[in-house]
Amino acid sequence: MSAVPDSRHTLSVLVENKPGVLARIAGLFSRRGFNIDSLAVGPTEHPEVSRMTIVVNVEGSPLEQVTKQLNKLVEVIKIVELDGPASVNRELLLVKVKADAESRGQVLDTVQLFRAKVVDIAPDAVTIQAVGNADKLADLLRVLEPFGIRELVQSGMVAIGRGSRSISERNLRPVTIPAPPAVGG
Amino acid sequence: MSEQMTGAQSLIRSLEAAGTEHIFGIPGGAILPAYDPLMDSSIRHILVRHEQGAGHAAQGYAAATGRVGVCMATSGPGATNLVTPLADAHMDSVPMVAVTGQVGAMQIGTDAFQEADIRGITMPITKHNFLVTDPADIPRTVAEAFYIASTGRPGPVLVDVAKSALQAMTTYAWPAELNLPGYRPVTRPHSKQIREAAKLILGARRPVLYVGGGVIRARASKELRILAEFTGMPVVTTLMARGAFPDSHPQHLGMPGMHGTVPAVASLQRSDLIISLGARFDDRVTGNLDTFAPGARIIHADIDPAEIGKNRAVDVPIVGDCREVIGDLIVALKAEADAGHTGDYEAWVEFLAGVKKKYALGYDKPTDGGLSPQYVIERLGAIAGPEAIYTSGVGQHQMWAAQFIGYEHPNTWINSGGLGTMGFSVPAAMGAKVGMPDSTVWSIDGDGCFQMTNQELATCAINDIPIKVAIINNESLGMVRQWQTLFYNERYSNTDLHSKRIPDFVKLAEAYGCVGLACESPEDVDATITKAMEINDVPVVVDFRVHRDAMVWPMVAAGTSNDDIKYARDMAPKFDDDDDLEVRP
Repeated sequence: MSAVPDSRHTLSVLVENKPGVLARIAGLFSRRGFNIDSLAVGPTEHPEVSRMTIVVNVEGSPLEQVTKQLNKLVEVIKIVELDGPASVNRELLLVKVKADAESRGQVLDTVQLFRAKVVDIAPDAVTIQAVGNADKLADLLRVLEPFGIRELVQSGMVAIGRGSRSISERNLRPVTIPAPPAVGG
Repeated sequence: MSEQMTGAQSLIRSLEAAGTEHIFGIPGGAILPAYDPLMDSSIRHILVRHEQGAGHAAQGYAAATGRVGVCMATSGPGATNLVTPLADAHMDSVPMVAVTGQVGAMQIGTDAFQEADIRGITMPITKHNFLVTDPADIPRTVAEAFYIASTGRPGPVLVDVAKSALQAMTTYAWPAELNLPGYRPVTRPHSKQIREAAKLILGARRPVLYVGGGVIRARASKELRILAEFTGMPVVTTLMARGAFPDSHPQHLGMPGMHGTVPAVASLQRSDLIISLGARFDDRVTGNLDTFAPGARIIHADIDPAEIGKNRAVDVPIVGDCREVIGDLIVALKAEADAGHTGDYEAWVEFLAGVKKKYALGYDKPTDGGLSPQYVIERLGAIAGPEAIYTSGVGQHQMWAAQFIGYEHPNTWINSGGLGTMGFSVPAAMGAKVGMPDSTVWSIDGDGCFQMTNQELATCAINDIPIKVAIINNESLGMVRQWQTLFYNERYSNTDLHSKRIPDFVKLAEAYGCVGLACESPEDVDATITKAMEINDVPVVVDFRVHRDAMVWPMVAAGTSNDDIKYARDMAPKFDDDDDLEVRP
């Protein structure tokens, strides 16, 4: 189970896939004083829609205000909070660890133990790819640390609800508003 | 109907199709293509002297008419000069569309001449904004901009159009439908919430209708009056809502807030139920939030769900258009009345009537025979009357204009409430006069504010926009000076403008082709105002040279509790006497 503190919330945000949307959302968080722990954005099954997974840390300002302000953005279509047990959340980690002939065996044992993967090897280092929730990746890094971490990069979290329900199908049907008729024909 | 034309022609055609009759603007390189077809358009373009003037004029136009105000500017500095009006319109929910030229699509991002990322700059201060690089997108974008600006909670929308898109050939076709999947403002209130609200209203003993600018934007004044009169509940109108309920009405307690009336502030502080209609519990109304209306339950109706619960926890949230909310409340309360259920507010109304009588708005006249600013504004309101439209800048004169003019109709008081933009008054008056040419439009301005935007007098004089300007000239940045008097030991750092010496406002007015008048004694006030009222062919500027030590009272000092309201300096009203209010169980 995740040991993420209670002030963190995972929001799945469906947005129109238009230029500037990320800037709008990032700007909103910054000017309203909401803290983002992580943000990941990518395409969905619908080409006109992107999906963001935002982990927010709302200490003082309530989550409700975050979602209401997000909802006011014209290009935000739908926001769903994904809570831990009812969703799957994953992050991707690439980490370059010192590994010479002597230590390589131990490093590879660790890789196996965590069901991670070696994606590149150099004479004195290996690059490891690991996927998991935040806790698992933190554990992996703790074990790798003594070998010497040369470089690491980590993605934001992506999350999806468990079960067969989809948050997108109902919301991605095109919604059209009759345009006001042209004045004077 | 689709036709081949340039992007520029398509833009002008789209603005016409959206119902635009007036545009305030200034041409420049990037927007230049659009100004050519504008010459042949039914749209009247008013060439202003500064883009900020164009923006505030569009706001004044929108606030006076309820229609979308439109302004236009070129790229770079033209666009950045619209930033203040856009931020102002965003804060005060003014429906407005700003069209700006942008450098050619291929040049965007190259630091080209007069390039500024105006879409990026205005993201936090517009309701929405667009950058158009494909001319085929112009009609749909204009249609969406007007739709977004004028529906839901109104606000400013910026449409930035690349010069290359204006020059290219395209097909004009007004869209049949708009595809805005993320924009679905809720206007119909939930019936369950209405029932809950009605129940609270009937059970309350000390209710008050806290009316904000949303009631004006929703054109709900008539409904508000019916609700107030049917229930007998007292009413307060915020700075943005002056005119939403007649000042002459006996149930009206005036404006709440930092410079509100004692009865209005008292009604909120002592209330057991605040019915907030299109208001947002702004810090200027609530004072210190922790001590604001401590005994009150809250019904908060607003078209913007994000306002509900933002500053003050709410008992009954109602998302919806104020006119529909009030209409539904009337129906619900009438049904209750038919079933024999009505509220009992008699003791409360009586208590507030006492406070209102005891702490009527007033001011001290200077002992040296000098002119008092409040007197000037009071007389102006009396002579020009409630049919006139009043605009103001920001500061002491604004508060006095909110306090001492009796407003009877919505859309007759136009000011910069949220952003507090000095210099708003003259261009806003210009826009209001263009939108309502048959109304008398008075710009009440301070000598500081006036010097920020008075160049638009040239626009007014040349384009036959005969506004009237009352400069309340106390030769200082009066409100700042008042704070220095009260909180900085009378150390007047940089608030002395010397504007009784420089400039000569009468000559300045004349230089701009206006009539310039001056007045410095109370005896001349009525005659001067009457004279100004008689001049209707050119703009009139009156330099009211008032004494500089007048202060705005009552006052709740920033960050303090409404309970600490001062009626005058070092004078606290005693509305808290428990003897005054018999609270029955």
